[in-house]
Order: sequence, then C-alpha cells, then structure tokens
Amino acid sequence: MGIFLPLVWFRHDDLKEMLDSNKDSLKLEAMKRIVAMIARGKNASDLFPAVVKNVACKNIEVKKLVYVYLVRYAEEQQDLALLSISTFQRGLKDPNQLIRASALRVLSSIRVPIIVPIMMLAIKEAASDMSPYVRKTAAHAIPKLYSLDSDQKDQLIEVIEKLLADKTTLVAGSVVMAFEEVCPERIDLIHKNYRKLCNLLIDVEEWGQVVIINMLTRYARTQFLSPNQNESLLEENTEKAFYGSEEEDAKDAKAEAAVLAKCKPYVMDPDHRLLLRNTKPLLQSRNAAVVMAVAQLYFHLAPKAEVGVIAKALVRLLRSHSEVQYVVLQNVATMSIKRRGMFEPYLKSFYIRSTDPTQIKILKLEVLTNLANETNISTILREFQTYIRSMDKDFVAATIQAIGRCATNIGKVRDTCLNGLVQLLSNRDELVVAESVVVIKKLLQMQPAQHSEIIKHMAKLTDNIQVPMARASILWLIGEYCEHVPKIAPDVLRKMAKSFTNEEDIVKLQVINLAAKLYLTNSKQSKLLTQYVLNLAKYDQNYDIRDRARFIRQLIVPTEKSGALNKYAKKLFLAQKPAPILESSFKDRDHFQLGSLSHLLNAKAVGYQELPDWPDEAPDPSVRNVEVPEWTKCTSREKRKEKVEKPFYSDSEGESGPTESADSEPESGSEENGSSSSSGSSSSGTEEEEEEEEEDSGEQSEDKEEEEEVEKRPKRKDKEGSHKAVLGSAGSPSEEEEEEERAKKAKKKAPQGRKGRVETSSEASTSESSSSGSDSGSEAEAKQRKPPSSKASPKEISLLDLDDFTPSPVQPIPSSSIISTSLVTDLEGLTLTDSSLTPTLLSPAFSAVKTYELLHRMAGEGLAVEYCFSRRPFPGDPHMVAVQIQISNNTDTEVKNLRVNEPKPLSGMRIQEFPEIEHLAPGDTATVVMGIDFCDSTQAANFQLCTHTRQFYVSIQPPVGELMAPVFMSENEFKKEQGKLMGMSEITEKLTLPEKCQSDHTIVQQLTSAANVGRVPCGASNEYRFAAKTVTSGSLVLITLERREGSTAQLTINSEKMVIGTMLVKDIIQALAQ
Amino acid sequence: MCFQQKMIHSLFLINCSGDIFLEKHWKSVVSQSVCDYFFEAQEKAIDVENVPPVISTPHHYLISIYRDKIFFVSVIQTEVPPLFVIEFLHRVADTFQDYFGECSETAIKDNVVIVYELLEEMLDNGFPLATESNILKELIKPPTILRSVVNSITGSSNVGDTLPTGQLSNIPWRRAGVKYTNNEAYFDVIEEIDAIIDKSGSTVFAEIQGVIDSCIKLSGMPDLSLSFMNPRLLDDVSFHPCIRFKRWESERVLSFIPPDGNFRLISYRVSSQNLVAIPVYVKHMISFKENTSSGRFDVTIGPKQNMGKTVEGVVMTVHMPKAVLNMNLTATQGSYTFDPVTKVLTWDVGKITPQKLPNLKGMVNLQSGAPKPEENPSLNIQFKIQQLAISGLKVNRLDMYGEKYKPFKGVKYITKAGKFQVRT
Repeated sequence: MGIFLPLVWFRHDDLKEMLDSNKDSLKLEAMKRIVAMIARGKNASDLFPAVVKNVACKNIEVKKLVYVYLVRYAEEQQDLALLSISTFQRGLKDPNQLIRASALRVLSSIRVPIIVPIMMLAIKEAASDMSPYVRKTAAHAIPKLYSLDSDQKDQLIEVIEKLLADKTTLVAGSVVMAFEEVCPERIDLIHKNYRKLCNLLIDVEEWGQVVIINMLTRYARTQFLSPNQNESLLEENTEKAFYGSEEEDAKDAKAEAAVLAKCKPYVMDPDHRLLLRNTKPLLQSRNAAVVMAVAQLYFHLAPKAEVGVIAKALVRLLRSHSEVQYVVLQNVATMSIKRRGMFEPYLKSFYIRSTDPTQIKILKLEVLTNLANETNISTILREFQTYIRSMDKDFVAATIQAIGRCATNIGKVRDTCLNGLVQLLSNRDELVVAESVVVIKKLLQMQPAQHSEIIKHMAKLTDNIQVPMARASILWLIGEYCEHVPKIAPDVLRKMAKSFTNEEDIVKLQVINLAAKLYLTNSKQSKLLTQYVLNLAKYDQNYDIRDRARFIRQLIVPTEKSGALNKYAKKLFLAQKPAPILESSFKDRDHFQLGSLSHLLNAKAVGYQELPDWPDEAPDPSVRNVEVPEWTKCTSREKRKEKVEKPFYSDSEGESGPTESADSEPESGSEENGSSSSSGSSSSGTEEEEEEEEEDSGEQSEDKEEEEEVEKRPKRKDKEGSHKAVLGSAGSPSEEEEEEERAKKAKKKAPQGRKGRVETSSEASTSESSSSGSDSGSEAEAKQRKPPSSKASPKEISLLDLDDFTPSPVQPIPSSSIISTSLVTDLEGLTLTDSSLTPTLLSPAFSAVKTYELLHRMAGEGLAVEYCFSRRPFPGDPHMVAVQIQISNNTDTEVKNLRVNEPKPLSGMRIQEFPEIEHLAPGDTATVVMGIDFCDSTQAANFQLCTHTRQFYVSIQPPVGELMAPVFMSENEFKKEQGKLMGMSEITEKLTLPEKCQSDHTIVQQLTSAANVGRVPCGASNEYRFAAKTVTSGSLVLITLERREGSTAQLTINSEKMVIGTMLVKDIIQALAQ
Repeated sequence: MCFQQKMIHSLFLINCSGDIFLEKHWKSVVSQSVCDYFFEAQEKAIDVENVPPVISTPHHYLISIYRDKIFFVSVIQTEVPPLFVIEFLHRVADTFQDYFGECSETAIKDNVVIVYELLEEMLDNGFPLATESNILKELIKPPTILRSVVNSITGSSNVGDTLPTGQLSNIPWRRAGVKYTNNEAYFDVIEEIDAIIDKSGSTVFAEIQGVIDSCIKLSGMPDLSLSFMNPRLLDDVSFHPCIRFKRWESERVLSFIPPDGNFRLISYRVSSQNLVAIPVYVKHMISFKENTSSGRFDVTIGPKQNMGKTVEGVVMTVHMPKAVLNMNLTATQGSYTFDPVTKVLTWDVGKITPQKLPNLKGMVNLQSGAPKPEENPSLNIQFKIQQLAISGLKVNRLDMYGEKYKPFKGVKYITKAGKFQVRT
C-alpha cells in the first residue's frame, strides 16, 4: 500500500491537469479514464472539484461523462455538487426537449437533500411540458425525489394525478411506475384513467406494459366481482365437463361459458371484460416479462374457463434462456396445481432432456407430477423410468420422490409404483436406494395393512441388499409393522442377530430397534434373541451402539431398578407415527401474486403489495366514467358482423318470452354477447344501436319492451323496499331469490306489455326522459338505459331528436370497438403520441346519424328505401364515402333480385354497388352498404334501383359535412396546419348561438352531427376546434368556433377547398341555430 | 435512506474466475461485498448452469443471468417481477453483442466508456428507458475501427450530437431519415426441430420452433406486409412490437414498419397436431462390461425424410459417464475428439451421403475397479438443411407501401436441429 498510494496520487494529479486544460480531447481522455476507474469500483472522489468544473463544457461527450461522475459522487460531496446545480437549472429552460429532459434526469439523480425544493419545482414544470418525452422524464424523477424526501408525498401525488391523465403512450408506463412507488394505495386515482390505460396498453413500450398490467391486476381485484364466485355451486355437477372444456379449444370453452352464464346470475363488469380483452394480445409479446404479466393477470382475474389461453404462451417461454425457464416453470408449477387441465395438452413440452440444468429438471419434474392423472400416468411413469437411469443423482432422487407422489395421488398405480420402487432398492447408488426406501416407507405408512406383502418382500430383500441405508430402512419398517408380519419379523431378527457383528453401525442400531419392538409385542418368541442382540451390542466398538443397547435394556426389560418409564415402553416404541404428507412444495403458493419475486422465493419480499381478495359487493362502477370521450374509437368489420347476429339474438330472446333471461338481459347481456350488447346498453349512442333500431320495427318494439322492463324494475323495487344496488349485485346469493321473484313477475306482466307496445312507446319515452332528468335513484340504471331515440314511432323518418337527450354518464369506449380489426384503428393507436407527423384518419367519435329518404313507400310501390351516412371508412376503398342503405319491403309479395343498375356518375365519380339482394320477404328489412366517391363535391350520384319487376331512378346527394372523415391531431399540429391555410383558404363568419345551444356539450354535439369531424384538444375554454380531411383528395378542413361575449361566436374554417368551406359554414351555422 | 426503491439498483459483471470487472450503480452505491452471497451460491451449485437466478440475501435480492461466460448480477431491494429483470439483463447482453460483435469480458473492458454510456441510457433510476437498439445507436454510436482512429486524432466523440428522433416518434423502433443506395429486404426463415427420440428409435416428443430473422435496409418509412402461403401452420406466434397485431388476427398477414437493420420479426411454433418429419435416424450400440472395464461404442447416422435435400453440418456430442477413461474409436467420416476431463465426446461428421453412412465405432476404456455405468449416455445431434423449412411454411409475397423505389427482396429457408436428443 505504501508503494501504491503515491503512485495513485500522482496519476490523479495528472488527470487533474488534463481536466484543467483547454483542449476538449484531453478532457475527454481524462474523463474516460475516470469513468473506467468508477466502472472498476475504484475510488475517484478526490477528483470531484476538478471534474465538476467541466459540467458546463460544450463538448457533449465530456458533458455526459461528467454527468456520470456527478451522479456517482454528488452524495459524498454535497457542497461542491451544489456548484453544478445552476447549469441544470439553465438546461431545464432550453428550447431543445432532449436537453430539458437530460437536465431533469441528472438533476433528479443527484441525491442532495438541499435541492429538494428545486427538484420539486422542476418536476412540476416538466409535468406540463409540451414534449411527452420531458413529461416521461418527469414521471421518472418522481420516485427519485420521493426517496430523497418522503415529506413531498402530497405534492408528488398531485403531479402523478396530472400525469396519469396524460394521453400519450410514452408517459403511461413511467407514471404508473411512479404511482406504484409513491402511492400504490391511492387506487382512486386510477378510476378515471382505467379505460384509457386499458386502451393504450398495446402501444405502451414493453417495460411500461409490465408495470401497468401488474397494477391493473391489483386494481381489478378491488373493483370487480370474482368471475368464479359460483364455482362451488356448479362444481359438483359440471366438474367433469369443465376439465373437458379446458382441454379442448377456446371454442368449446366459449360455448361452455355461455351455458354457464345462463345458469348463473353473475355478470362481468364491462370494464373487467375490457381489461381481459385488451391484455390478451400481449400474450404474443416477444418480451417474457410481458407474457408473464398477462398470464398472471388471467390467472388471478379471468373466469376459470378462459384461463386456458395463457398455457400456450407460457409453454413458448420454455424455449427461452434458462433463467427465464426457471422463473416460468416455478409459476407453471403453482398454476398446474390449481388448474391442471390447462397444461395437460402440453404435457410433452415438460419432458426432460439430459442437457437441462438440474434446477430446471427438478422444476419440470414438479410440473409433470402435478399434471399426472389417471389417463396419462402410464406415459408419465414410462418417462420417469428413463429419468431414473440418469447420471444426475440429485435428479434421480427427485424422480423417486415424484413417483412416490404419483403413487399417493393416483390409487390405480400405487402398486405399480411400489413395485418399481422396490426394484430400485437393488440399485447400486446409495442415494437412489435411500430415496426409494424413504419413499416406500412413506407409502407404506399410509396403509400398512394392505401392504404386508411388500413388507414381506422387503424382508426377503435383506438377504441381497447390501446398501446399509436400505437395510436399515427395511429393518425399521419391519419393526414398525411387526404386527402385520408376525411370522417373518422374528425370523429376520434371527438372521440379523447372526450377522450382527458384520453389519454397519446404522444397521446395528436398527437391529436393536427391531429387537426392542419385537420384545414388546412378541416377547415369547424373541426374548432370547433380543437379549442376545443386546449383549452383542453391549460390547460393540461403537459407543453409540453401546449406549443405545444400555438405554433400551433399561427401558424394556423389567427389573427392580427400572423406574416408571418401563410401563410406557410400548407407548414409546410403538406410538402411532404420523404418515408424512407427500405434496407439492408449490401448493398454496398462489396466495402470492404470480410472477412476483415473493412468489418465486415463497416469502414476502420487501415492498410486496398483497393481492387483495375480491370484494363481496362490487364498488360503484360509474367512477370510471369519463366526461369527455374525445378519443373514442369506433369500429369496423367486427362490429358489422355482430350486427348481423344481433337481431337474431334479440329475436330469439323475444320468442322465448320475457322469462328470466329477458328480465336480466340489460345486465347479463353484456356477458353473453360481450361487446355488442354492452356497447348497446352504454348510452354513448353508438350508431350501431340506432341503425339497428331503424332497421327492423319488430326488433325495435322488442327493445322497447325491454326498456320498459328496465324502467319498471326500479319502481317495483322501490315498492318492495329493497335498497340494494341493481347493478352487479345479481351474483350475490342473497339476491338470487329476489331475482327469481322478479322474473316471475315479469312473466306475468309480459303479455300485457306486448299488447300495449305501440301505445306505451310514447309514454315510455316521456317517463324515460323525466326519470333521467330527475334523480332516478340508481346511477347504474341510468347508465344502462338506451338512448331515447328508439322511442319515436317507426313511421317517422327522423328517428333522432337530440334536443331532449339528457346526457347521462357516458361510457366512452363501446367495448366492441376494442377488437376492431381495421388498420385504421391500429394506426390510430400509434398516433396517440401527440408528436405524430401525419394526421391520421379517425373514425367518428360518436355522433348522430341522420337518415334520408331515397325512395318513398308510395313512389316505390311498397318498397321503402332510406339511406344514411354511416361515417365509417368504406372497407374497399378509402376514397369512398360509405352509404348505408336500408330497404324495407312493405308489399305483401317477395321482392327479388334487388340491385343497383346503370349508375350514371358524373365525371370522376365512382360507385361501388352493394351485392345483389336475392330476395326480401314481405315485411322484412335489409341493410346494405355501398361506397360512393363523390369527388369532394355535393353533386348527387344518380343510379337505378332495380327489383325483378321494376326500376326506380334514385339519387343520393351528400351534405357537405359527410364528404370528410375526422382526423386526430394535436393542438400544435392544428395551429401549424392552420397557419398554412390562411388568406384565401380561410372563411370567417359571425353567428349568434341560440339559448339552448350554449353548453359545450350541445355545441360539440351539433357540430359533429352537421359534419363528420374529429375534435382537436384546445387550451382555451371558449374555443372549439375540429379537424377533418376530405375523403377523396384528403385535403384538410379545420374548423374553429370561438365563443365571444354574450351569445355571439365566430366560426372560422380553413380549407384549400373553398367551395366546401363555404358550404360547410352554412351547414354548421344552420345546425347551431337549430 | 429509509425508503426502498424498486427495480434495478446496481449491476455487477463477474467473470468465470470470480472477478468483478465492472460495476454500475443507478442509485446509491452498493458495496461489492454483496456479491459474496452470489459466490457462495455459485460454489454450492458446482455447475454454472445451476446457480439459482434469484438469490435472497439479508438486505438485497440478487437476480443474475449467465451469458457468454459472464455473470450479470443485478441488485434489487424490493419486490419486482423477476422476469422483468432477467429479460432486461438479457437485453443488455444483446446490446453489447450488437455493439461490439461479441459479449465478452475483453470487449466490455475495451469499451468500458461506451458500456457505461449505454447502461446510463438503458436505465433511469433503475427503470428501463431506451432499450431499442435503433434509438441507442443514435444516442451512442457503435465503435468501428475507422471511427476510433478518427476520434483519437480529432478528439471527436462517439456520442451522437444530433439528438435521436426515434424516442420521440410514434414508431420508436425506427429512426427517421434512413437512406440506402441499394434497398434490400432479406428474411431468413429458420426452423429448429426439438425432439426426444427414445431407445428404440421412436419419437417421444417432437416439435418445430421457428423464427424469421430479418435484415431490412430500406430508405425512408417503408410499410411492409408479408404473407404466407400457409399461415395456418403457425400455431403460436410472438411478435416484434412493430407488427400490427390486429392485421394478423384478421387476415394472417404480417404488416409492419420495420426497424432498420437486423432484427427478429417473429418466432413461432408449428401446431403440435402436425407430425414432425425427423430428418435423421441414429443406430446405436453402446454397452459396458463389468469385469473387463471396457465397453463398446458403435453409432451410425443416416438420413431420413429429408425431402431431397442434403443433411449437413452434422455434429454429435455425447456426455460420457464419469467412469469412462478413454475412447479408441474409428470414424468412417469426419473426425472425433474425446475430452477425458469433461468426458465429452464430439464427432464432427459434416455432410451425410446416403450411399455411405457415417459410422463411429470402437472401444471404451473404463476406470478399472469402478462399477460399470448403469446408464447409457444420450446423444445430442446437430444438423442443418439448407433451403428447406421442415414445417412446409412458405412466404407468399412481400409488398411495400409508403415508398416509391423497388426494393430487392430475398427469402432464405433453413432447418436446424434444436434440442435434438437421442436416448440410448
């Protein structure tokens, strides 16, 4: 040391000189050497003053290395570290977002308590930064500050709350991480963001996904009801079928689930379903941690029948690195105890290779043992036979234990296993023999009476088996169960007495034990033998044996001196010894959250958050409702498909009469038909719902009837004096009876309701609106209510009157939209970061759909045709406007071969006809979609509508607002684009807003109903911005509505297409004036 | 500090002889002595593979991986999903591999500054920040010989002075402004056969695992879609984040904006219902005699169901029992080595020609006096078949949208042995 110290000192001097020089290259060289020292764990703290001077260096690399140094040593040299703070404070104001971010990163990494207020300020500012990257950094900084000074918690929670509301995928993961570290108990902060997080999830970066999924698992456990709560009820009769369904494909599982859903009143919260549905695709992630996170979510949250989907993904992870295998197998082992059926199809994937590391082998063995049942045990045992011959003796021992466990669990093979194990007793390897004997001993201990044969067989083996451990174990067994082998036992003792002197010590001890036990049970035959053995032992070389002999003699042979213990000798030696329990070490490990460190260690790790139990009563689900559903996604194909199914579904329901299923439909429908009905019952007014009701008058009245039911129920309930919440409580057993009662009543009422369909329709609508206006008691009910649009009589053309639409708590995301398959929604997800460069087409959020008449009933001789603009992208061609046409046949004959003929488009206009409708039964209605490229003009598209007998000349004229599709863009982009479209392209108009059109909600409603536009976020509260793109040419249309004092307002439209702009202004003003 | 922090606290890199050659702390410094617990576990495990990945110590938890003869030991203080850490550590090792061509002690030591800069970018406060190789490469340029020469003369740096755009764009895996003179897209469909063949030659378990590795050098922002002739073959697929999941679900088409350079597009498993064609068979006769302390060894490998393609790159490795002292064998083809210390027999066969089957035959010398080994060793076989995807998977077409130029496209198929084991 004495030699090295000056040397080191000298070298540091040299570095100091380099750092003080003017040349960046020298500084860099010095910094590199210093960093290398830090990397090797050497102390470089004495260089602090020299290094910290360079914090303002212009050279980026030097700067970066200085940061590295600073973060490492600031804690030790706090006073000097403060010198650098001002540099970072300056950096926080830099116009470059990356410099702002890195300044915040370093500043927050300096663990100096004095700068806490500065950090707090910096974090707060960064949390509202324009750049999502800086906001992400702010989220990262929160836990750093919290660990430095926990008193800041309240302020930090405010920042977290703010960042949780952030809509960019970049921030989501980091802020949830901060939430988990600072305030995991504040679950209430999540409510409003729950649906957003679920929907963003797939686009969040991998690491963020893991954190969010784990947090949401905990959240779901506190907010939803257990999907398996009726398990015990059903278990008895359906258990067999259940396992079967798990083995087979998801299809069967679904069918099974549907069956189950019918017989139990449990209804899954749509939000619960949303979580399950949105996490499922992540099972396909390349990141093992993400897959595991989803797997544990499904294991803890999904209904039993659905858990199976995770097996495939987990098995895939077994191909990964051995560390990954290790963790995954641990979790599979736990899961396979509880849900054996899930992994059974993958049994062979757990077969063991000789090249697997021992720890992996043993875990696989564990899984194989858990999976063993009557049907596959023979295959598994054959596999085990191969393992027993392995070179890896630890593994062989584990295999023998596994065989023992199989034998205890599956009665059928117990004898086979025992025989196999008995054969192993002749193995040369002591470990194998010892393990076998131990396992046999355990097996025999369970039912000694039935296995006296084996005990006899083992007794015979004493002649051949030389391994002392095995001999000793056999002797113990014979001694223990000497009553079952009364004839053999003394003979064995005789043989052993003969060879006593040549035996190993361990065997000698057991011979003494055997002798003692025999003496107590069968003293007549063995008295002399025992004395002989004890005498031999008395003079043995080993003191242990001498001691034992002396002790036992005193205990069992009655003499005058032997004390009180003598009479208890029999109790001492032949006490009932409890049979060892052979069960998996993974049993009950699932009380730890799977995939967690605590689960792996089977001990609670520091900071582990317990997974709460399901609540008995579901907390209010309305807390998750969000006021302004701006980024609602809409659907495409998937939804369309469902639309075809839906009428069938509700029809059949109508047919079966309003029995229990009809009564509970508004609640349970969401379970059975997942997406469609849950979106239907959410009052966000999805178009689908409305269109459907227009389609089919029969169905409509069915709906109405349902509505009535819904309407009447709370009243009835009030009469009954029940104070229970309606929604979600159906599952609790106490309510079941009530439910039934209600069902009966509904049955009685049903015919009445049917008769009075037409008359009651208007009445229903009034009661509906009045009840929603007044406080109707249960919010849940209000949420489930359908929009009143359906109330209008079927003859009316305009089905929608938005004016008396009272906004009820809105569910922003119709759950059906989540599985939408279109590329559009895909892209949409990607552009949620607001730095998106190109605006993307968006499906309309939610808006009213106006219907226009194409062919009047009279003119069409009973054929009535209506059309509307569905505002969905036309699947075949993005440049076409989708027009939904609804044809109803009011004649009393069948209409055949309904098709479009001879379209006569103007120049450039294109029409994509709908597929021919072969026949339309009288009273039936068909809906088809056709695409028309209007070339961004409001010229009508003319064509003929032909039936097998007639031709009708018809034309579709689009309102200007339908020639565009919404675009999502950020405020900045909007401003930027607006800047480009000034002068000629800008049209401004003043207007006065009528009284009823003052609220934000109505303005947005009216505007979006007039034109197919998407809302753009806006900082100012008196301004509304919308953006769209024309469908054909894709030119931007930007709309700004600025509210002035009083009721005046100014409308500005920026668009290249001046004609469209002018027309749009008119239309919008007209819409707002209504 | 009384407050515990989550995620990764520190990282130690340890070589096989137990030297800690690099340490990095993201929070306050943790003493090297924490690694003593790791060494303890390592001693107990005997074999490097058997060191438990998660070790609990009084104040910390150690989560480690073993890659390329280096232990990556991370120090954790609180509950964290272990796979999260393990996956991240592997990502670190992958990044080193990507940057330095190899992930070895020397490479890391030579580039310690870059390593440090990388680690700094990859984790912020112990939480992963930038792990995409595309973003990292923009932040920190990988070393090249030319650049290091230039750097040493001019004193310029290998830290990017233009700030990365990828992190901020909505496509984090691709950087903006990529330009190539030759635009190329190559896809390697690599399938591995995992199999266990039992003593009698029948298949106990066989499965095909495949990956598609891509090398994409395309300018601008190309949007690719890759379709298969028979996509239903793919039973279980895991994707690079760039792939649009919904498109796959609905149309079974891989649609993506690719990262720049080399990456793994998907990995898949072929549905287990399909029977797997095993391309080789092995005839073996291995026996040990008790009294003479010797044994016989006779193995022949032959081709089977190889669809007219040659089986090449055949290598057989056998872990012989401990009692084996030496082996005197003759190979009709290729060469063999036997390591008397590790008891590993390696036979490099090369190509199999059906006319003359390769055979390895001879005597085994056992330790005299020692009992004869009870078990026969299992044979691990490696092989390769070019231009064949054993599952029959075929790429149908590759379309590119979003860019005007015509790229050069190529698909290569190859089948390999994965964990292919013959029990004897």
